[in-house]
Amino acid sequence: MHRLVHPVAAPFPMLLIGCVGLLLGWTVIGLAGLVRPRSVVLAGRLLFPLGALLGLALALLAGASLLGGGIERLILPIGLPNLPMHLRLDPLSSIFLLLLGASSFGISLFAGGYFRVGEGTAPGLLCLQYHLFLAAMGLVLIADDAYSFLVAWEVMALASYFLVTTQHRIAEIRRAGFIYLLMAHVGAICLLLCFGVLQGGSWHFTFHAMRSAHLSLGWATVAFALALLGFGAKAGLVPLHVWLPEAHPAAPSPVSALMSGVMLKTAVYGMLRVGLDLLGRPVWWWGLAPLILGLFTIVYGVLFAAVQTDMKRLLAYSSVENIGMVFTGIGLTIVFAGSGLKVFAALALLATLYHCLNHAFMKSLLFLGTGSVLHATGERNLGRLGGLIHRMPWVAWLTLIGTLAIAGLPPLNGFVSEWLLLQSFLFTGHLPHAFVNLLIPMAMALVVLGAALAGYVMVKFYGVIFLGQPREAALARAQDCGWLERIGLTWLALGCVALGLFPLQVIRALGAVTQQLVGAVVPQSSSHWWLLAPVPERSVSYAPLVFLTATLAVVLMTVLAVRLAYRQRERRGPAWDCGAGNLTARMQDTAEGFGQPIRHLFQPFFQIERELPEPTDRAPRYRVVVRERIWRLMYEPISGAVEGLANTAARLQQGRISVYLLYSFLTLLVLLAVALIR
Amino acid sequence: MTHLPLYQQLLDSCAALLLLLSFAMLSQRRVVALVNLYAVQGAVLAATTLLLAWRTGEDHLYVSAALTLALKVMLLPWLLHRLIRRLQVHRDTEPLLNVSGIMLVGLVIVVFAFSLAQPITRLASTATRSAIGIALAVVLLAFLMMITRRKAVSQVMGFLSMENGVLFGAMSASYGMPMIVELGIALDVLVAVLVLGVFFFQIRERFDSLDLHHLESLKEHQ
Repeated sequence: MHRLVHPVAAPFPMLLIGCVGLLLGWTVIGLAGLVRPRSVVLAGRLLFPLGALLGLALALLAGASLLGGGIERLILPIGLPNLPMHLRLDPLSSIFLLLLGASSFGISLFAGGYFRVGEGTAPGLLCLQYHLFLAAMGLVLIADDAYSFLVAWEVMALASYFLVTTQHRIAEIRRAGFIYLLMAHVGAICLLLCFGVLQGGSWHFTFHAMRSAHLSLGWATVAFALALLGFGAKAGLVPLHVWLPEAHPAAPSPVSALMSGVMLKTAVYGMLRVGLDLLGRPVWWWGLAPLILGLFTIVYGVLFAAVQTDMKRLLAYSSVENIGMVFTGIGLTIVFAGSGLKVFAALALLATLYHCLNHAFMKSLLFLGTGSVLHATGERNLGRLGGLIHRMPWVAWLTLIGTLAIAGLPPLNGFVSEWLLLQSFLFTGHLPHAFVNLLIPMAMALVVLGAALAGYVMVKFYGVIFLGQPREAALARAQDCGWLERIGLTWLALGCVALGLFPLQVIRALGAVTQQLVGAVVPQSSSHWWLLAPVPERSVSYAPLVFLTATLAVVLMTVLAVRLAYRQRERRGPAWDCGAGNLTARMQDTAEGFGQPIRHLFQPFFQIERELPEPTDRAPRYRVVVRERIWRLMYEPISGAVEGLANTAARLQQGRISVYLLYSFLTLLVLLAVALIR
Repeated sequence: MTHLPLYQQLLDSCAALLLLLSFAMLSQRRVVALVNLYAVQGAVLAATTLLLAWRTGEDHLYVSAALTLALKVMLLPWLLHRLIRRLQVHRDTEPLLNVSGIMLVGLVIVVFAFSLAQPITRLASTATRSAIGIALAVVLLAFLMMITRRKAVSQVMGFLSMENGVLFGAMSASYGMPMIVELGIALDVLVAVLVLGVFFFQIRERFDSLDLHHLESLKEHQ
């Protein structure tokens, strides 16, 4: 049986060709940066905005493909002989391409204003790495065979590695880059093995052949586990998340935004592609692994986010938490789909995809916001920031939108996806498996805990950076960001608002994806276009526009009432001084102080080193370092074992020529003896 | 007892002489003497080739014999002698540990080589097939010599002697290699000696000695 027969002659792949053209365009823009590598004007004012426009075009193409809901294929004769490049554009690819295009539009615009001369790698070279990174991510999403997928995957990893180590003169950053590269390779090996299992003995590595390969349950489980490891390492699933909090603070902010906002999502894409598409109908208990790991990741990430004092590290842990949410959603989807509950599976998948979209916008927005703060103040340490809302109103207000969104407050987008996720948890009682249908609803409490703590983390993040009084005198000289950066931030903030206010339209567009992957759409009543209800027969519903209107009305009425009641008797005074006067910056709550209750309550999670000053100390210094136990429990034994093995092998190397000659002599003798015996 | 023809007796004696020379090189301490032994070994090889050429009437074996004579008896020994003079190591002796032990190991190797050569000997149809074992033994003994020496020059001698063994083996098994291969090998050996000569100077410049244990310091330390 020949498995490579292509189904029905496909229509002309216009949109797919358009996508390929745009990816090529990104590559060309990147190469153009090499014409004058030292020129900030060329890269920043021309090439990055141009790349942003291509991103917008990609988003439009992907949107058109998503609404059309069709599947396009293309075989390009590039690559090794007899191994052409298979490409495919289907709803699942389209939604992630949309995510890539739309968020890269904002990030590239911001990057155009962000990169300066003299910060490590030259701007032109950065431009090349950046656009190659974008193009590789695009190629990952449209690849339709394992070769192209892995090549694109590795290009993506390498390009981002070089972007992370932009400031390669700093040893700390080189170390962070190394950890990232190491984890990326461990993940890539898992994926390589995974595809090796998936081809199921046919030795055809197109995804089409993998879909029709019939694996035994054991091998399919192995493939699923390998995919979970490989994609989990890229996404930052605990305990494979260790590169995230190292790489994000090291990378320039637009790169952090791109990595956290988009690159982590390519891992989610891969997980969905393998788990729900290539493996066919999943077995329900596979879903328990991503579900349990996801729940643990949520709590772990948010707890560590709460005790961070470096703003980008804090956001990195918050990304870990959000990836936990996404993998929880994937786990639920697989559990439902494997049990044959298609509509509920569609709902869980919807929550997953929606959360991916949301996170791409809000996390990019926040990382870019920290980038502006970093440029204006040169400071990443929360303990030396504060009061920046007066100095940098644009950044502060736009970041506020992202902060509220990621904290999960209505009517912004974070609320919608978390609400959908919780709704799909409520249906786990319908599962036909004893105990599981009792335990999973209880696990929902962890999601709620994570969501609540995320709010806590965001209050800390925003409050310490932007509110209160400046903690350092130098902060008074901070400047607001430039116009390109403002456009980029505004675009992402608008995305957060739009995704929050018009969930129904988004969900309708996502219908094509759920139809493709789990064979169902979430039914929507067509009469109420403003009302979001997950399943019509239940009475829960959410109407963001009504919520917004009501909130605005209440606020307006309160303001008017206060104005009317206290006319002429208003007076401006210093905030929060309670009449005492003379508040100084040192009296404010600090990042450490704010996180202290969490550190105290969840002590077993942390490995804390603390230095307390003596009461008589003239120059008291308080120092606390919170580390992850996972380094000592998991990574240090592994690295120790590897090093021991390497040292044993190194004993062969004596440095004496006669010993080396002896090795080859003995080898020769043994080989001859073997030949003699046979 | 069968009577061997004269040429066969001559060939076997030459082969035995080659093996004897290999043992002599293995136990020789003085560098200059090593070069002389190598020249003698080359001469025996050339004589064997000539004998074989006369016996079989293969033209290219005459060329091979001439080449061996020119290269291994004259040019290379002359080059090596000059090198030794210029490096001023002609008085160098090498502390060989446990000569009798090395000789015993050499004996074991010869036995091993002969048992190894047996199946090949049965397959081969040449007049010199009994010498295949000796050729293998010469190669392995040269290898053993390289392992037990510490001076750079003696290691090169081991390398060259090994090449003699290979050539002899090829000749015994199939009347020599194709002409082009033989020429190539000859050129290779010449170039190798020239390059190694340059290395000797570099090594001495760096360490003030040609003792190879100094190179151990090049090893990467933890």
